[in-house]
Amino acid sequence: MVGDGAVVTWTGLAVSLLLVGVAAALSVALHLRLEQQVLVAAARALVQLLLVGAALELVIDPDRSLLWSWLWVAAMVVYAAGVASRRAPQVPGLRLVALIAFGAAAVVTLGVLFGLGVFPLEGRTLVPLGGMMVGNSMAATVLAARRVLEEATDKRAEIEARLALGQDSRTAMRPHLRSALRSAITPQVETTKATGLVFLPGAMVGLILAGVEPVDAVLVQAVVMFLVLASTATTSVVVALGVGRRLFTADHRLIQPG
Amino acid sequence: MPVDQALAIELDQVVMQRAGRRVLDGASAGFAVGRITVVTGPSGSGKTTLLRLVNRLDVSESGLVRYRGDDVTTLDPLTLRRRVGMVFQRPTPFPGTVRDNLTEASPGATGDELEQALRRAVVEPELMDRDAHQLSGGEQQRVCLARTLITGPEALLLDEPTSSLDRAAADVFEQAARDLAAAGTTLVWVTHDQAQLTRIADEVWHLEDGRLEQQR
Repeated sequence: MVGDGAVVTWTGLAVSLLLVGVAAALSVALHLRLEQQVLVAAARALVQLLLVGAALELVIDPDRSLLWSWLWVAAMVVYAAGVASRRAPQVPGLRLVALIAFGAAAVVTLGVLFGLGVFPLEGRTLVPLGGMMVGNSMAATVLAARRVLEEATDKRAEIEARLALGQDSRTAMRPHLRSALRSAITPQVETTKATGLVFLPGAMVGLILAGVEPVDAVLVQAVVMFLVLASTATTSVVVALGVGRRLFTADHRLIQPG
Repeated sequence: MPVDQALAIELDQVVMQRAGRRVLDGASAGFAVGRITVVTGPSGSGKTTLLRLVNRLDVSESGLVRYRGDDVTTLDPLTLRRRVGMVFQRPTPFPGTVRDNLTEASPGATGDELEQALRRAVVEPELMDRDAHQLSGGEQQRVCLARTLITGPEALLLDEPTSSLDRAAADVFEQAARDLAAAGTTLVWVTHDQAQLTRIADEVWHLEDGRLEQQR
């Protein structure tokens, strides 16, 4: 069931479906009524992963133009912006702001990793790292957007008191943006702190299972953690600033959100 | 309504809606320079909305609001709000000390200027380094007044500023307001407390059904 380099065979995959069975059985035993969702989720995940895997084989083929990999990353950014706006529909204009945020994070993080030669620029590095960047900063992006809106609603009186003193909208909102950003970025900071102590991250585990030496796997994982930290901070800041701006008129009045 | 230079604030056929209802429906009035003008009326009659139009926290749908003869929508909103300060119904101290609150409003203010602002608002200067949120309601409201005064406004909009204060604290606040008016500041004070109106008003306007009527 395990081939060379700890690659899982089709038989091994079939056996691992027992694990899905465990989850479904627990749901049945405890009358959670989640067993159907568990089975559907596992089936969807498998189909989606197989489709993605097949597509990736084509896209990241060394003989294929790198343009296809860039297009894949761009498609992930666009899709992520849509997901973010659907998760926080109460935030005005979030789709465009999130698109700019993920784009900015891609420029910053991939610029450092490839521009400074941390990784070679190839399809097999660009697509996975782009995916990690987008996927791992999604939660913080949505949280930043929601928190900015909550601050503008809950602290409306304080914000308008600042405006009434003659402060412009950016100055009036600044303490509340800081509060929202701390909420959005802190979870990833805490996760980074706990890496290797509380849990072994997926990238490292995958590399070790594939036969990479642990030290090499750890170096890759460390870079990935730093990538996620930078992309989380970048997307959160861009989203918070973008959403914050949309909450005010050009003549520095706070719009009633919602 | 022709422009009257003796008037600090003028409303000319102002219309404003809130939640689908016309709270101001062709309202017109003139509030004199250097006087305490009280605006009274039933709850929900649009008194707060009226104040918010003067310092452009809101903009009317039609009609004109003028400050010192100028249409407020033609003035720089940030400068207007420093000229026309506002104290809100509930105290809104910023995080930090009293000093932090004042310097937030006027970052370059000297120690003497900070103390002077506190004295004008009848706040003991000894409270300067106290956490603003640890003060009593009355002290917080006077700190908010001091924070507004330090920007040097020519006029003050006061939205039921003593409604959340006890009688003693309200008396202190009223005295501070009288002192400011005596020094030449124009005050527009919203209240539905008839006794307070009698104590402090030089002029009285009543707002009801979207229209203003001068009563004194």
